[in-house]
Amino acid sequence: MQVYLPIAEVSVNLYLLLGLGGLVGLLSGLFGVGGGFLITPLLFFIGIPPAVAVATGANQVVASSVSGVLAQFKRKAVDVRMGLVLLVGGLVGSGFGIIIFNILQSLGQIDLAVQLSYVVFLGGIGMLMFLESLRAMRRSKKGGKRGKRHIHTWVHKLPLKIKFRASGLYISVIPPILVGVCVGILAAIMGVGGGFIMVPAMIYLLGMPTKVVIGTSLFQILFTSAFTTMLHAVTNQSVDVMLALSLIVGGVIGAQFGSRLGALLKAEQLRILLAVLVLSVAIKLGLDLVLTPAELYSISIAGAP
Amino acid sequence: MIRLLILLFAFALPAHAEQVVAGLSKESIGITASFDGSEILIYGAVKRYEPEPEGRLDVIVTLQGPSSPVIVRRKSRELGVWVNTDAIEIPSAPSYYAVATTGPRQDILASEVDAIYRIMIPSAMRSFSDAIERANASPFAEALQRIRINEGFYRLKEGDVTLIEDTLFRADFQLPANLIEGDYLVRIFLLRQERVIDDYSAPIKVRKVGLERWLFMLSQDYPPLYGLLSLAIAVFAGWAAAFVFRRFR
Repeated sequence: MQVYLPIAEVSVNLYLLLGLGGLVGLLSGLFGVGGGFLITPLLFFIGIPPAVAVATGANQVVASSVSGVLAQFKRKAVDVRMGLVLLVGGLVGSGFGIIIFNILQSLGQIDLAVQLSYVVFLGGIGMLMFLESLRAMRRSKKGGKRGKRHIHTWVHKLPLKIKFRASGLYISVIPPILVGVCVGILAAIMGVGGGFIMVPAMIYLLGMPTKVVIGTSLFQILFTSAFTTMLHAVTNQSVDVMLALSLIVGGVIGAQFGSRLGALLKAEQLRILLAVLVLSVAIKLGLDLVLTPAELYSISIAGAP
Repeated sequence: MIRLLILLFAFALPAHAEQVVAGLSKESIGITASFDGSEILIYGAVKRYEPEPEGRLDVIVTLQGPSSPVIVRRKSRELGVWVNTDAIEIPSAPSYYAVATTGPRQDILASEVDAIYRIMIPSAMRSFSDAIERANASPFAEALQRIRINEGFYRLKEGDVTLIEDTLFRADFQLPANLIEGDYLVRIFLLRQERVIDDYSAPIKVRKVGLERWLFMLSQDYPPLYGLLSLAIAVFAGWAAAFVFRRFR
């Protein structure tokens, strides 16, 4: 069954969209990432114009993170105070991100920027997580001692310290705000919630316990992606509500299954799965940049989204 | 008396000895949410006032969509990575262009005639822009044609016009599902001995209708409201899913 998307002006199979949404929702619930890093490239692939894919991806992330964060609130796994601090940074960052997005789009370099950021960030983080999880799994198999939980670094010497009770942390607000800004910029440019950067940054940079990381990241992503959706809708008119709705319907259902499934798996297993997924997307996009493309030319409508 | 008759005949006689009379199966197309392409039948007849002249008779039917400026970019390898480096803007190119003929171009249409009437895809493209006549721009114009042909937006269908007894003709067009709204134009050329002896044109309106129209207008005219609507739908769907699944357990 075909559905004609009013903003993208393309006709797509409805079941394909529901399936994509469902798959991404499942991952979202499982890993606490919005899943935008998968949905945006997949939408490019099925022929949605890049600007529409990025903007609509942000809207889809809103739905999956609402669904996910409610499940996490039930489990009391959300550090609201940390979420709010991250959010302040996130809103500033996505404002900057939209400006950068529009400049790059007029220069014709948006595809390159999106792909490069995917390769660099996904590749780097995927690698880091993969190695870390391997080490953690080996340690737990041998039954050896775990490393020290809190390692005091420069992060702990900054001023403006606040207590984050749910996370059991007493740190400066500067690192979380900076993390928020970076993630906000990427969220707007890449059409992602930024969970795949947020989650490792929270674990490794801020030293938050894994059990509150997913809920808190979803909490923050919810607001950042809502803000990004509004900005894209107002500046580019590129949010396709029909496309978003089809993805959302699949996505929210997938997310619920994902969070149930997530409760059954071990944290190390979850992390290594996410790492493999993130790495494979990065490798695919990296190859696209380096290999000679079949068509050297591309066309875009001047002055349109 | 006889003189008067001759005079009357002279006035009654048309400019051409042969004329196209044509009709379309529809004059407007509505894009609904479940739109997945449309068929259009263009049919007609050749009207004659005298016995049929000698020589080959052919018909070409073109269907063209609304035009817009297009940017064509070329990638090249910089530091091992493929980057968009060169670009030209083609001021106007049709979003859709299909040509159906009674035979291969070289047999039915002289190239100088094509150049005047801008019938086949390459010459039709040229009529939309002077910029692409610049020598360095031609690979870009060719790329535009190649990409749009591959995507099915530009089509050449040689031999797809059926001509019966040199009088009746019909052509079927399959409009793609990825149709852009706007004013489409049908042109019919009647050719004898590779020369155009008559032509006819008629518009087809393609419009989004119903929900599609409403959403599109809302997104253009009231972007903040549209953004809030998108968010409301997303938040509600997320909440509803969480709620339903909790009850379910």
